[in-house]
Amino acid sequence: MSEAAAPQSEVFHTEDMTISIGPQHPSTHGVLRFVVRTDGEVIKDAIPDVGYLHRSIEKIGEKCTWHGYVPYTDRADYLAAMFANQGFCMAAEKLGSTEVTRRGEFCRVIACELNRLASHLISVGTFGQDIGAVTPFLHALRERETINDLMEEICGARLTYNYIRIGGVGYDITPETCGKITVFLDHFELIVDEYNRLLSYNKIYIERLVNVAAITKEEAFQYNLVGPNLRACGVKWDIRRDIPYSVYPELDFEIPVGNGEKGTLGDCYDRYWVRIRELEESCKILRQALKMIPKGPAISKVARKFKPPAGEAYVRVEAPRGDMGFYVVSDGSEYPYRVRIRTGSFTAMAIIDKLSRGIMVADLIALIASLDVDAPEIDR
Amino acid sequence: MQQFVDQLIQQGYFAGLPKEVVYAVAMVLAALVVLSVFVAPLAGVTSWLERRVWARMQSRVGPNRVGPQGILQWIADGIKNLLKEDIIPTAADKVLFPLAPYIVFVGFLCAFVVIPFGGSLIVADLNIGILYLLAVTSIVVVGILMAGWSSNNKWSLLGGMRSAAQIVSYEIPAGLAVLTIVFVAGTMSTQGIIQAQGWAPWDWFLFYSPFTFVAFFLYFTAALAEGNRTPFDIPEAESELVAGYVTEYSGMRFLFFFFAEWGNLYVIGAVATILFLGGWQAPPIPWVTDQPVLKGILQFVVFFIKAYLWVFVSMWVRATLPRVRVDQLMALCWKYMVPLSFVCVIGTAGWMVVWPHGNRWASIAMFIIGVIVLGVFGKRVGFQIRHSRPTLYLKPYI
Amino acid sequence: MEAQEIYNKLERQFPGKVGNFHGDVFDPYLNVDARSIVDVCRYLRDDPETAFEVLSDLTALDLPKVDSLQVVYHLYSYSKRHQIVLKADLPRETPSVSTMEGVWKVANWQEREVFDLFGVMFEGHTDLRRIMLPEDWIGHPLRKDYVEQEEYDGISTQRAPLVEKLLR
Repeated sequence: MSEAAAPQSEVFHTEDMTISIGPQHPSTHGVLRFVVRTDGEVIKDAIPDVGYLHRSIEKIGEKCTWHGYVPYTDRADYLAAMFANQGFCMAAEKLGSTEVTRRGEFCRVIACELNRLASHLISVGTFGQDIGAVTPFLHALRERETINDLMEEICGARLTYNYIRIGGVGYDITPETCGKITVFLDHFELIVDEYNRLLSYNKIYIERLVNVAAITKEEAFQYNLVGPNLRACGVKWDIRRDIPYSVYPELDFEIPVGNGEKGTLGDCYDRYWVRIRELEESCKILRQALKMIPKGPAISKVARKFKPPAGEAYVRVEAPRGDMGFYVVSDGSEYPYRVRIRTGSFTAMAIIDKLSRGIMVADLIALIASLDVDAPEIDR
Repeated sequence: MQQFVDQLIQQGYFAGLPKEVVYAVAMVLAALVVLSVFVAPLAGVTSWLERRVWARMQSRVGPNRVGPQGILQWIADGIKNLLKEDIIPTAADKVLFPLAPYIVFVGFLCAFVVIPFGGSLIVADLNIGILYLLAVTSIVVVGILMAGWSSNNKWSLLGGMRSAAQIVSYEIPAGLAVLTIVFVAGTMSTQGIIQAQGWAPWDWFLFYSPFTFVAFFLYFTAALAEGNRTPFDIPEAESELVAGYVTEYSGMRFLFFFFAEWGNLYVIGAVATILFLGGWQAPPIPWVTDQPVLKGILQFVVFFIKAYLWVFVSMWVRATLPRVRVDQLMALCWKYMVPLSFVCVIGTAGWMVVWPHGNRWASIAMFIIGVIVLGVFGKRVGFQIRHSRPTLYLKPYI
Repeated sequence: MEAQEIYNKLERQFPGKVGNFHGDVFDPYLNVDARSIVDVCRYLRDDPETAFEVLSDLTALDLPKVDSLQVVYHLYSYSKRHQIVLKADLPRETPSVSTMEGVWKVANWQEREVFDLFGVMFEGHTDLRRIMLPEDWIGHPLRKDYVEQEEYDGISTQRAPLVEKLLR
C-alpha cells in the first residue's frame, strides 16, 4: 500500500512505518493480513485485509445437492466442523420439516461438545504461544490428539467430520466409544487445572492481557460480537440456553461470563478466561449426554433426493467462535437456492481496526488471538 | 597463560623470533583451541540439550535419532546449514549484512578470555577481568543493530531496535550487581574473585550478605535479558516479528546468531558462578587435591557443573514463562531493577564499613535462608510434578 | 413481541413504506421500501418495545425471476428475544441502497461483502471496496448470471474437460 508519509513534527522529521503482518506469519491464525501503520511501537491503525482463504463455499452451495453439501460445510471452519454441519442440517430440516431421532440428537450433542473442547484447546494453546509461552500449546495439542482419536472412532475423520447429516448423524456411537469418552473426561477435567496453574495465574501473562483492548457491551452489540467474545463483555447470552435447539434444554450447565476481576471487563484476559471455563462446562454437558443417551436409530429416514418445499430458514448454532448463522433459501429443487453462513470471526475482524488504535504491536497479536479469529471462518 | 608462554620462550623453543610474534601466535592458537575444543561443542551440545529439555517439558521427545540419544544432532544441523545457499537480499547492505553475525560472535567469544576453566587454566587473568567481560559482551548490540538495519526489512529493524534498547538498558542492573561483588572481593580479576571465596556454600559471595543475595537474582535476570532469552526474547519473538532481526538470514549466518545465543547461556552461567557461587573452589578431598592434574580436573568439573546448572535453569525458564511486552520490559528495568541494584550497592558498601571482613554468622544465616527458599521452590515443583497427568493412550493397538 | 405486532407497529410509524408481511413462514419477514430502510432499522433499534440491539446478518438474495436483488436484514433483540427479517428489493441493473453503517457499525464489513459478491452499491459507505476478492476482479460472483472471467493475471481460469486431459 503506498501511503504518503505523514511528518510528525517540524523539529524531527519522523515518519510512520507501514508494515504488513502476514499473510505469511506464524501467528495470524490462518492466512490473514494486517496493514499496520505504526509510530515506533504504537499502532496508528491496523487495517485487516482478508480474502486469502476465500473458497466461495456459498456459491458452491448452489451447485450441490442438499446431502452433498454437508462436507463443504466442514471446511467453513475446520476447527469447529461439527457445528457447521449441524447448522446446515438444522436449516435443511427446518425447511423440510424433518424430524431428527432422539438418539441422533444426543449423538450430535456429544460430537459437538467434543469438538468444542478441541477448538477451545487450540484457541487457548495458540493464545499462550502468541504471548510467548510455548509449553501450554503442546499440552493442549496432546489432549486434542486424544479427542481426534475419539472422533476418528466415531466418524472416521480427525478434522473434517461430515458426521452430522440431515435427519440425524452418519454413524452411531457405540457403547465402547462412550466408555472411552468417559475415560477421557476423567483424565481431562484434571488437566484444565494444569492450564490454570501454568498460564492463567502467571503474573507475566496477566500483565500482558489485562486492560488490553477492553470491549464494552454497547460496542459488542454495535459490532455484533458473538460467542465467548460477547460473554466476556458481561452479556450472559448463549444460543444453547437462550434460543435452545436440539436437546440442550434438558442438559444442565452454566454459562461462564466475564467479570473483569483482573482488570477491565471485556479485556483480553476475560476472553481467555471465559474459554477456559467453557472447557469445564463442556465436560459437564458431555457427561450428562453420555448418561442420558437413549436407544434407537441414529438417523431418520430422509429421501435420497431431498427436496424441501420453497422457503427460507435462519438457524443459529453456538459454535466455539460464536453463533454461526445459516440462512438457507430453498426453491423446491434438490439444490439449495442460496446458502449463507454468517460466522462470528467475520464480525470480530471488523472490530479490530477500531480497537487497535493506540495499542502496541505486541498487543495487536494478543488482541487477534483473544478474539479467536479463524481465517476459514472469515473468508469461507 | 602468559607465564606458560614465557617459560617456553626461556627454554629456547622459539629461538630468534621476537617476543611479540610468539605472543601473537600463541594468542591465535589459544583462541582456536578454546573455540574448537570448548566453545563449539559446548554451544552445540547446549542446543541439543535445550531441545531435549524443552521437549520433555512439553511432553514430547525431542531429537533422539542422530547418534546416541540424538547427541550428534547439532553436527547434523551445522553440516546442513553449511550446505545451504547463502542468500543475501538484493536490497540489503552489502558490507554490513554479512558482517553482522561475525560481530555478534566476536562479542560473545571474547568473553571466554577471562573465564577460568580451573585453578590455573585461564587464557588471560586480566586484572580488570569483570570489567573487560561487561565491556566486550556489549559488542553484540552493535552486531544486532547492524543485522536489523542492514536487512532492509521493517521487521528486522523493529527487532534490532528493540534488542538494542533492551541490552543497553539491562547492562545497568547487571553492572551494578557485579559492582556489589567487586566491592566485596576487592578485585576485578576473575581469578581474584574466586580466590576470595571458599569451597563451602556459606563462603560463597551469594550468601555473604542479604544484598549480595538480591544482587544475584538481579544479575541473573539482567543477564537473561542481555542474552535475549525468554521472558525477554522480544527481539526474536517468533510470534510477533517472524524472527526479528534474523529474519533475512539463512544458512550458516543464521546459525551463527544462535550459536552465539547458546554459547552466551554458558557465559551467563559462568559469570554467575565466578561472582556468586565460588567458581572452581572444590572441597579438599584428600587423595585428589594433592596431585595437580586431578585437582585441576576436579576444579574444572566443579566449575562446569555450577555454570551448566544455570544453563539448565535458563532453558527451564524459557519453556515456562510467556514473553514480557516491550514497555513492561523497560519499566521493569528502569523503575524496579535499577533502584534495587543501587540499594544493593549502597547496602553492600555499608555492610563492608560495619564488617570489613564479613560476618560469618550472617553468611550462615543467609545460607539457611537460601536453603529454605530452595526447599519451598522444590516443594512447589514437586507438587506440579505430582499433579501432572501422563499422556492418555486410548488406542491399545498403536 | 410477535412478528405481527412488530409489523403493525411499523405500519403505523412508516405508513406506505413497509408492506408484504409474511407471517406464516418459519422466519416472518416483511418488505421495506429501499429508500427508508435505514430509518426503519433505526426506529426498530431505538424503540424500547422492539429494542433490536443487533444486526445478526446483512446479506443479499439474487432473484432473477422477479428481476430484483433483495438485500436481507436479520435483526435480533437480546432483551426481548424476538427476531424480524427485513427485505429491501432493488433493481438488478443498478442496485443501490443507503448504508446501515450509522445504525450498526458491523454493517461496514457486511456491506463490503455484499458489494463484493453481489454488486450492490451502498450510498454513504465510508470505505466501499472489495473484501474477499482481489481489487481488480471483474464481476460479482454470487449473482445468478455470473460468468467467470477467462483469465486473471495471465493465468487461465478455465480447466480443460477431464476427457481431453486424459487423451492428451
